[in-house]
Amino acid sequence: MSTVPSGARRWDGISFEERMATVDFRVGDRAHISVDADVCRSCTTKACVSACPANLFAPTADGGILFNYEECFECGTCYMVCNEAGAITWTYPDGGHGVVFHHG
Amino acid sequence: MTDAADRTATEFDAVVVGAGPAGSSAALALARAGRTVVLVERGPFPGSKNVYGGVVYGRVLDDIVPGWWEEVPVERWIVRRSTMMMTGTQSLSVDFRTQAWGSAPYNGMTTLRCHFDAWLAAKATGAGARLLTSTVATGLVRDGAGRVVGVRTDRDGAELRAPLVIACDGVNSFLAKESGLLPRAEASHHTLGVKEVLDLPPGAINERFGLQDHEGVDMEILGCTRAIPGGGFLYTNADSVSIGVVVSLPELASSGVRPEALVADLKAHPSIAPLLRGATLREYAAHLIPEGGYDTMPPLAADGLLIAGDAGAMTLAAGLWLEGVNFAIGSGYAAGRAADRALSRGDFSTAGLASYRADLEGQFVLADHKRLRRAPSLVLSERVQQRYPGLLCDLAEGMFTVTNPTPKPGGLRLTRTVAARHGVSLRQLAGDTLRGLRIFG
Repeated sequence: MSTVPSGARRWDGISFEERMATVDFRVGDRAHISVDADVCRSCTTKACVSACPANLFAPTADGGILFNYEECFECGTCYMVCNEAGAITWTYPDGGHGVVFHHG
Repeated sequence: MTDAADRTATEFDAVVVGAGPAGSSAALALARAGRTVVLVERGPFPGSKNVYGGVVYGRVLDDIVPGWWEEVPVERWIVRRSTMMMTGTQSLSVDFRTQAWGSAPYNGMTTLRCHFDAWLAAKATGAGARLLTSTVATGLVRDGAGRVVGVRTDRDGAELRAPLVIACDGVNSFLAKESGLLPRAEASHHTLGVKEVLDLPPGAINERFGLQDHEGVDMEILGCTRAIPGGGFLYTNADSVSIGVVVSLPELASSGVRPEALVADLKAHPSIAPLLRGATLREYAAHLIPEGGYDTMPPLAADGLLIAGDAGAMTLAAGLWLEGVNFAIGSGYAAGRAADRALSRGDFSTAGLASYRADLEGQFVLADHKRLRRAPSLVLSERVQQRYPGLLCDLAEGMFTVTNPTPKPGGLRLTRTVAARHGVSLRQLAGDTLRGLRIFG
């Protein structure tokens, strides 16, 4: 499922995967994020990569962007910081799906 | 109705989108007025998509749910408020405590959103509102004249029709965006909050934070977000603590710093780490906050449409005050009442809905925003963010370090020396003090 390597960073002795494992995600079949890799190739900042709190975006060798939609907080950071119009299309997951916070 | 093109259209007096504090309050006001109202929630239960710091200040509930403190799902009642400035190795706190906040009618409480939002939504359904969970309002339905007359949903495209829609669909409000009331994506009007909820036994919380029973503490922290404008927070829940940071979205993006790294910095600080020793991560979360303030607030009404809560950018993040849920409740309830008045008159035009904004201007919801309209720019300014925490900590260190046999420095000389070390002139210091007094005074 996961295409983005996310275990590289460790804070407080826990990996990013362990951090994300504390969150309840009810993953739907439909991806609610889509990325136009052609647009991303011309992007010089790729701000989504570092700013996404769920670490869902990863740069590829050819200058594009790989992304996951499954473990998304649905915060909206990615499309807000994206400086290339049309690169990230972002909607809500289908009703009842996506993140479920129990301690928000 | 089996034909997909012949979409089910259900009639209500009003459709409220989002069962957060704004939406549930709007639905409650409408249901109490005898209106038929449907409350559409995209999560499986109210609060499931919501994250805040967080403290709810309850005064707004006094009129809406009299005696609310007897039944609200509370974690702890805030009796201690600590404002901390820190550098990597120092901290200076203004720590206020009053037992007056520890008994009815109380002031602020920590509560978790899945509990609080569900409680408020149950008030609305108890009054007769219909709650529809696991349903996304995917777009606005308009009539031939362009007036909003309902929403489309992701339930086989079914439409919910009403002469009025109240969009309480949160910070990303796609309905407010579709209507043109809210810009598509304006990063500079938003901050990102990232939060960790850490398990800690109640006894350890009480000992470490100087609390008893159901007492709680609310800490706001400046100087903990590296070069990114923002701040930190720490709140005590019943058997956990919530800790996190809130940072400017564009500057987080340009810094390349990972959000969780900022929380890790804060947790490792010598003034914070001992408070959290042995605590384990229960849930990690993130959410955007609309922080443009009064001057960037969108119009709150269009033909057939009202917006309330985060969708209308109604949060106060002015350093000394961090509030949002109270504004959501206040604006949502006012929107519900305005909708009821519009239904009585049969006028759903922008002009006919103008009493909503006037109502908010006359009460705390917009009066507080207006009063503190220049606070965000001061609190997020370079000097307040990058220089004053260190300056004030060094000033305290200079005052309290015993330098025998060298005589103590005079206060003015010390201030001048310390300010110069941080690249601040006394004129700037005096100017910012005056500015602060004008904004907050």
